[in-house]
Amino acid sequence: MSGIPHDHYEPNTNAEKWIDKRLPIVGLLYDTIKIPTPKNLNWMWIWGIVLMTCLVLQIVTGIVLVMHYTPDADLAFASVEHIMRNVNGGHMLRYLHQNGAMLFFAAVYIHIFRGLYYGSYKSPREVTWILGMFIYLAMMATAFMGYVLPWGQMSFWGATVITGLFGAIPGIGEMLQTWLLGGPAVGNATLTRFFSLHYLLPFVILGLSILHIWAFHTTGNNNPTGVDVRRTSKEEAAKDTLPFWPYFVIKDLFALAVIFALFWALVGFMPQFLGHPDNYIEANPLVTPSHIVPEWYFLPFYAILRAFTSDVWVVMAVNWLSFGIIDAAFFGVLAMFGSIFVMALVPWLDTSNVRSGRYRPMFKWWFWLLVVDFFVLMWAGAMPAEGIYSTISLIGTAYWFGYFLVILPILGVIEKPLPQPATIEEDFKASLKNKSGGNGPSPEPVPAE
Amino acid sequence: MSHADDHESTRRDFIYYATAGAGVVTVGAAVWPLVNQMNPTADVQALSSIFVDVGGLEPGSQLTVSFLGKPVFLRRRTAEEIEAGRAVSVDELPIDQESRNPNKPGTDASDANRTMDDAGEWLVMTGVCTHLGCVPLGNGAGDFGGWFCPCHGSHYDTAGRIRRGPAPENMHIPVATFVDDTTIQLG
Amino acid sequence: MFKKLAVSTIAAAMLASSPALAAGELGKITDYDFSFEGPFGTYDRNQLQRGLQVYTQVCSSCHGLEKVAFRNLSDPNGPELPEEQMRAYAEMYEIWDPELRDWRVAGGPDKFPESQFEGAPDLSLMAKSRVGFSGPYGLGINQLVNGMGGAEYIASFVDGFNGDEKFEAGTMFYYNEASASWVSMAPVLWEDGVEYADGTPATKEQQAKDVAAFLMWTAEPKMVERKQAGFVGVIFLSVLAALLYLTNKQLWAPIKKAAKEE
Repeated sequence: MSGIPHDHYEPNTNAEKWIDKRLPIVGLLYDTIKIPTPKNLNWMWIWGIVLMTCLVLQIVTGIVLVMHYTPDADLAFASVEHIMRNVNGGHMLRYLHQNGAMLFFAAVYIHIFRGLYYGSYKSPREVTWILGMFIYLAMMATAFMGYVLPWGQMSFWGATVITGLFGAIPGIGEMLQTWLLGGPAVGNATLTRFFSLHYLLPFVILGLSILHIWAFHTTGNNNPTGVDVRRTSKEEAAKDTLPFWPYFVIKDLFALAVIFALFWALVGFMPQFLGHPDNYIEANPLVTPSHIVPEWYFLPFYAILRAFTSDVWVVMAVNWLSFGIIDAAFFGVLAMFGSIFVMALVPWLDTSNVRSGRYRPMFKWWFWLLVVDFFVLMWAGAMPAEGIYSTISLIGTAYWFGYFLVILPILGVIEKPLPQPATIEEDFKASLKNKSGGNGPSPEPVPAE
Repeated sequence: MSHADDHESTRRDFIYYATAGAGVVTVGAAVWPLVNQMNPTADVQALSSIFVDVGGLEPGSQLTVSFLGKPVFLRRRTAEEIEAGRAVSVDELPIDQESRNPNKPGTDASDANRTMDDAGEWLVMTGVCTHLGCVPLGNGAGDFGGWFCPCHGSHYDTAGRIRRGPAPENMHIPVATFVDDTTIQLG
Repeated sequence: MFKKLAVSTIAAAMLASSPALAAGELGKITDYDFSFEGPFGTYDRNQLQRGLQVYTQVCSSCHGLEKVAFRNLSDPNGPELPEEQMRAYAEMYEIWDPELRDWRVAGGPDKFPESQFEGAPDLSLMAKSRVGFSGPYGLGINQLVNGMGGAEYIASFVDGFNGDEKFEAGTMFYYNEASASWVSMAPVLWEDGVEYADGTPATKEQQAKDVAAFLMWTAEPKMVERKQAGFVGVIFLSVLAALLYLTNKQLWAPIKKAAKEE
């Protein structure tokens, strides 16, 4: 499967040969688990396994919760309380599922920014990147619909506001919104269809994840230097790589145990901390909570959505140019989806020949500014949409688009990159020497412990 | 191989085994809650024992309550019913000679072993025919003045014992105790 | 470099959480010391029993507790009423039995009744739907330090009427300092308004704290079990992490040795 030369599975016994002729699954698993992996992967390459674990955690706890949950507008809220009070260990299962979504998003953001920093999106890994973006979109849809299921105040009003986005689409918007909701407003029909899709989408994510893994197993992993593994011979490749099992599995499992210890502390001691208290009030279509705020993982994009009000000159210009079809509300929706779309296009927007940000002195600064921008937007998204917060959201949004559409294309042309190591092996050795007190050239000596 | 190497490899093996062991325990600890959550929930368990107020029951009348998803007959028998029940010796029972009473396990089906009190006034049974699970008719129905199952014609006497018909066993008796003069605890 | 990112993501995720905002503006909240605070805090059984008494004698005339079953009063880590006491307590209530289509005396498996008026919210989850501490600037730091403060909010609220009243649109409103607003609920606690069975002096503040603790339990009855599971899990995962660290180190040792020697 991999383009890197390595030993493949050879069936030895007759039984092995028999099954291999009919279903070469052992060979597939062997090649997957023994895939040659760059020696110099650092601790930012653990998030894939964290994400896979999150997906399994969510699917397993989810299936179990469904055994006790009732998707009915009159009963949903009470059935969640039934889980919290009566089901054996139900309170832990529910809190794990609730906070598991947050760990999932925290991990996916780090994973995405890892990719952005080390240029993991660049040729030949564009398909891996695009698949990742689809996974992220599916995650957002799943998380949003899952949040509606407890049928608390935030569930109800969150659903109302977010489906209202589709209502902003000119012409067909209202029709589309009614179709999504199954009625003029969020109601029982909305709850049951969200429940169905919330159950379905994780399996779509699972399928996409398998494609995502397949794609980067075909191209081979990126690594902190961005330098390719030598592929001319098996011996040379072996100098740059080690088999995934056991070297990286054990390393990843160690990181996973540390992260889960922290996660477990959150679930055990402060499971409400990242949630909204309003969601412990049953949904009431007649009373809106004083602030409707999405979960933290949606806040950056929520800030982008709200940044464009009708008094922003860009909105006014677009409104005039489109003969009034694109108003402020629709512009906000376009901006929100556009912010993810430009991220998906980054393989073609980044013009630099150098993959890893480690060897791009100017890029680094802009990249870290993007990370800061992400947090600023997250914070602004939690604030009321008025005064200084709107301005901050607007500046943050401008930088987000500017980074992808202007800065990355220009940087590739004007930047003078630092010298890169010739091979991964060289980087691996240099990082080890660095650790033992030397002053090697590598600025980030953080390969596997 | 030197002793130092030996020592080193023992230490290494120990850590590998300890890690693998801890991993197995982790998986087990993760799986158990997933199994346990399918056991009856606390609200269902709470219904495994209920209290029935029988203070208002006159001799010759019967109360049916739902217990563990099945009807339970609580009958305060008349003097005639008690007499009719006591007059039948165990040998005369044609089908089942066991009391089917978990409160008096392993006893024979004499009338005294079927009832709750020594006087034989209180008869508490799960109102389910032992043939195929229909609910028998009560209040002196059938040829033996007790219960009659309309599904396949099983006749039970005044102590709920099967006398004629396809049912293989006497009607079962649930775990029951008097907590005070007018309250029976089922389960 | 990226370690920083990992840490700051987690930190920022916490900071950006906004229960503070959801709760709106807050007034004067007293930071009471409750026995259930902190990672090892548990409910004080006697306090829960006193709180039950305040609920029964004061709150229950308007507010329901529909998510809580009477049997829960005997559950471990709760008020832990003895079985007979719990059943005797339940028998004070009459509930509608849909199977009988009639009212009957409540028993252990039954639930507390619903609220009497539409305007009086159910109290089962009140302590989890309110926040005592917020900010600063939506950063959630106060919650991180002081906890969510649902119980503090309730205690401050029921003890927070300053006596101001106004009559508007046919309704009497009372000023509450905890919510910093006019509310339609009248002050309900008085000095010695209840007489505690265990002889605790029934000051207004004492009653407020007791009923708040009781409502914290009704909202999160499995808190103690949850913290225990959390503690055991963290310890165990830490041990597992330590073992995996050593395994990983040993596994990589020959690889690194070879790389250094070359």
